[in-house]
Amino acid sequence: MAGQADVSLRWHFQSTGAGPTVFSEELSGAIALNLPLNRTLAGWLFATVSIACHAGTTQEFTLANGLRLIISEDHRAPVAVSQVWYAVGSSHETDGITGISHVLEHMMFKGTAERGPGEFSEIVAARGGQENAFTSYDYTAYYQQWSAAEVPLSFELEADRMQNLKLDPAEFVKERNVVIEERRLRTDDNPQALAMETTMATAFQTSSYRHPVIGWEADLKQLTVGDLERWYRRWYQPSNAIVIVVGDVDPPVVRAAAEKTFGAIEGRPVAAPKHLPEVLQRGLKRVEFTSESARVPMLMMGFKAPTLTQSAPEDAWEIYALELVAAILDGSSSSRLARKLVRGEGLASQVHIGYSSTARQASLFSLSGVPRGSVTLDRLEDALLEEIALLQTEAPSEEELARCRTQAVAEEVFERDSVQHQAYAIGALAAVGLDWRLKDGYLDELMAITPEQVREVAAKYLVRDRLTVTHLLPGGAE
Amino acid sequence: MKSATCALALLGCSWGSGVYAVPQIQNWQTAEGARVYFVEAPEIPMFDVRIVFAAGSARDEAIPGLARATNSLLAEGAGDHEADSFSEALGDTGAKLGVGALRDMAYIGLRSLSDPVRAAPALKLLADAVARPRFDEEAFTRIRDRMSTALDYEKQSPGDLAATAFYAKLYGSHPYATPSGGTEESLPLLSVDAVRSFHRRFYTAGNAVIAVVGALSMAEAQQIATDLSAQLVAGPPAPALPSFTPSGPQELRVPFDSIQSHIFMGQPGMRRGDPDYFPLLVGNHVLGGGSLVSVLFKEIREKRGLSYSAYSYFLPMAETGPFIASLQTDHAQEAEALQVLRETLQNFANAGPTRAQVESAKQNLIGGFPLRIDSNREMVEQLAMLGFYRMPMDYLERFTAEISAVTPEAIADALRRRLRPDAWVTIVVGASAPE
Repeated sequence: MAGQADVSLRWHFQSTGAGPTVFSEELSGAIALNLPLNRTLAGWLFATVSIACHAGTTQEFTLANGLRLIISEDHRAPVAVSQVWYAVGSSHETDGITGISHVLEHMMFKGTAERGPGEFSEIVAARGGQENAFTSYDYTAYYQQWSAAEVPLSFELEADRMQNLKLDPAEFVKERNVVIEERRLRTDDNPQALAMETTMATAFQTSSYRHPVIGWEADLKQLTVGDLERWYRRWYQPSNAIVIVVGDVDPPVVRAAAEKTFGAIEGRPVAAPKHLPEVLQRGLKRVEFTSESARVPMLMMGFKAPTLTQSAPEDAWEIYALELVAAILDGSSSSRLARKLVRGEGLASQVHIGYSSTARQASLFSLSGVPRGSVTLDRLEDALLEEIALLQTEAPSEEELARCRTQAVAEEVFERDSVQHQAYAIGALAAVGLDWRLKDGYLDELMAITPEQVREVAAKYLVRDRLTVTHLLPGGAE
Repeated sequence: MKSATCALALLGCSWGSGVYAVPQIQNWQTAEGARVYFVEAPEIPMFDVRIVFAAGSARDEAIPGLARATNSLLAEGAGDHEADSFSEALGDTGAKLGVGALRDMAYIGLRSLSDPVRAAPALKLLADAVARPRFDEEAFTRIRDRMSTALDYEKQSPGDLAATAFYAKLYGSHPYATPSGGTEESLPLLSVDAVRSFHRRFYTAGNAVIAVVGALSMAEAQQIATDLSAQLVAGPPAPALPSFTPSGPQELRVPFDSIQSHIFMGQPGMRRGDPDYFPLLVGNHVLGGGSLVSVLFKEIREKRGLSYSAYSYFLPMAETGPFIASLQTDHAQEAEALQVLRETLQNFANAGPTRAQVESAKQNLIGGFPLRIDSNREMVEQLAMLGFYRMPMDYLERFTAEISAVTPEAIADALRRRLRPDAWVTIVVGASAPE
C-alpha cells in the first residue's frame, strides 16, 4: 500500500505454514490489517534470505544418531525459540506427488501414537507458546517460541512426532481439503501468484524448482496416506534433522535435554535425494499470462543464477557479487531502480529484485515490476534491460558500493533484534548443507568485492540465454 | 519538562520458574506538549524512534485517502533534500525509515545504529521528514498514482474487497467507513494544498506521541525527543472523533469471479479502554483468537476442512472498533461454512466458554505475554500504542494480573451483552449465486 513501511512478506510467500493468519492487534499498535501492495511482488520466486545475522555465542553438537543441534544464546528476555528443520521440501518431490512435503507438514499437527489430533498445539498454547511450521522449496521447519524453560518440552513433543506420527485416513482427507483451500487462497484466486507459478514452471524445465511448494491441484487430489507414510519414513529421520535453539538458554542443559529426547531415536541413514539439475537453456523464454480478473499488469523477469550451495570455493565471490548487484538495483529507496524507474522516468509504480543466494539448486535472480499509469510492459521491460546493460558495461562507483555496504553492516545489527530471525538465518544455511558460520564472514566477503567484479557477474549471468520473461495481462489484453 | 518515572514492580507469574520484569518505562511531556515514552535496551547498538499522530484516515473528511497521501509523502523529499537526495542521505546512514497511515493513527518510524556518526544524520532526516516535508509536485503525483494502482489491486483481491465492504456497511457515515487508501472518486480530489494543510493541522507537537527504545541513555532519549518536538509545528491534540451509531444488521453479496467465497461477519466491537476489554479479549481468544486451538479453527477447519484460515478478533480503536469473524471457502461449500460460522458464533454468545477453555486461554495469554515485548520492535510499538490511546502507565505491568482476574462468568456476561447476532453485518464476496 502506498507509503506503508515495506513490510516484507517474503517468507510467508514461499512458505505455506499450517496456521492461519495470526492477529495480534489486541496489544500491538496496529489498528487495521493493511497488507502492503508489495505483497504481490515481494515474494516472487525466492525469498531473499540474507546470509548475515550475527547472534551471540553459537555452538553446534551432533548426536550419535546424526541429529545436529545448534544453540545460540540471547539473554535479553527469558524466552527462546526452538526450531526443528528437516532437509526436505518441494524440490525433493517428483511428478505426481508434488505438494507432499507441505501436506505432511499439516499432518504433523494431527497426533501421534500417544497424543491425539491437535493435542500438541493444546499443550503449547496452555504454556504460553506460539508455534507454527513452514514448508519451502528446500526444507520444512517447525517451531515453538515460549519461555526458555520450556525448551525441553519442545524437544519431547518434537521427538515424539519425529518418530511416532499417526497418519489417520479420515484426518488426512479433511486436511487435504484444507490444503486445497489454501492453494485457492494463495494462488488460484490471485493472478500475480498464478503468473509467478507459471513463470517458475517455464523457467525450469528439469529442475524440481518448476513445481510450486504447495503442489499442483491434481497431485494434491491424488495423494494417499500411503504416499505420506513413505515420505515421512524416508525424510523424517534424526540424521536429516537440525534442531536450532536461540534464546535465554544454558547450552549444557539444552544439550542434555536433546540427548534424552532426540538422542533416544534410532538412527537410520537417509538415502540422498535424486539430483535434478536444470538442462542448459538456449534462448529467451517468454510467457504471456492473461487473467480476466486481474486489474494490475505485471512484469516478471528471471535469470537463472548460481547459489553458494553449488559454487566451488574459488567461485563463491560470484555469489556475493550477485548480492551486490541486487543491492545496487534494489537495496533501498536510494537504489538505481527506485531512483531511475520509479522516481526519475516514472515508468514503474514499484520494482523488486529477488535473489536467494543459498538455495539448494541453481535458482533465479528475479526482477519484477508494476508499470505506472499507461506505461506498457514492453517499455518497462526495455528499461530494466537497459539498467542491466549499464551494469554490464560500467562498473559501479565506489560511492554506490559503499552505500550498499553501509546498509549491510546496519542490517546485520538490526537482525539481532529478533530471535526468530536469528534461528531462521542459521537454519536456512544448515538445512541446505552450508556451514552456518558463513553468516559470520558475510560482511567480510561483501567488503572484498570490487566494482569490476560486480560488472563481471552482471555480464556473465544476466543474459538472454538464462532469461524467462512473463507479461501478466489484465483482462486478456495489454 | 515534566518527568514521571513509572517504577514497575517485578511480576510474579507462571512464566517458567522465574520472575519476569516488564522493562522500566520512562514517560514525560515535552515543552510543546508531545508525550514521550522511553525504554532503554542497551544490548544491541541500535535504537528505534516511532512518532505517532492522530492523523489517520478517520481525519480525511471530504477526501478519503488524504491522510495516507500526506503520510506517504513525508519520506519523499524533506528539508533541503528532494526525494533522490533524501534517500541517498538516508542510505548513507544505514538507517531505515518507515511510514504508515491507518484509520486512527499515522506514524513515522526510524531504526538506526546508535553510533553517533550514523545516528545524528539519521535523526536529522527524521526531523526533516516529519516537520519539513516538501510535498513537491512530482512526488505528489507519483504517490497518488501509486495509490490508484493499490486500488486496482484491491479490485482483483476478493479478501480486500470483502474487508472494504465490511467497513463501509458497518460504519455507514462514520469516518471509519472509508478505506485509508481512498476511493476512485476521491483520489482525483487530492491536491498538494490539501496535503500541506492536513500536515499543518495534524502533524503538531500537541498531537504527537514519541516512543523511543534502544541503546540510548535517558539523557540521549530526552535530547532526541526535545529536538523533534521543538521542530514540529505547535498545535493542539486532534479533536475527538464523532461517536458511532450502529445501523443494525445488514447482508451484502459482492459478485466476484473467484473460486473461493470470502466471508466477513461482524458487528460493532469496542473502544480502547472499554471496561469489558479483558473479558472480551480472553473470550475471543477462546472463540477465534488463539490461532491453532480456537473454537472457530476447530469447527471450521479441523472438524470439517472447510477453510485454511478461520479467526475472529476485536479491534479496539479510539472510537468503537469492529468485531470481525472471517473465513474463505470454495464457493460450493459457502452455504455450509456460513451456517457453521453463524451457529458457532451464536452458540458461543449464548453459552460462553467452558471453564477449561478459559483456563487454557488465560494460560496462553499470560504465559505468552513476554513474547509481546521481547524485541525492540515490539516494545516500541507497545509504547506507541500506550501513548496514543492514553492507556494507564501500568498497563503492561498489570496485563497478566488483569487476565488472571477474568472469570468464565465475567466472559459469559460480557459476551451476552456485547455479541449481538441481531446486529451482524455479513459480507460475502464470491460467485453470484450459491450452487
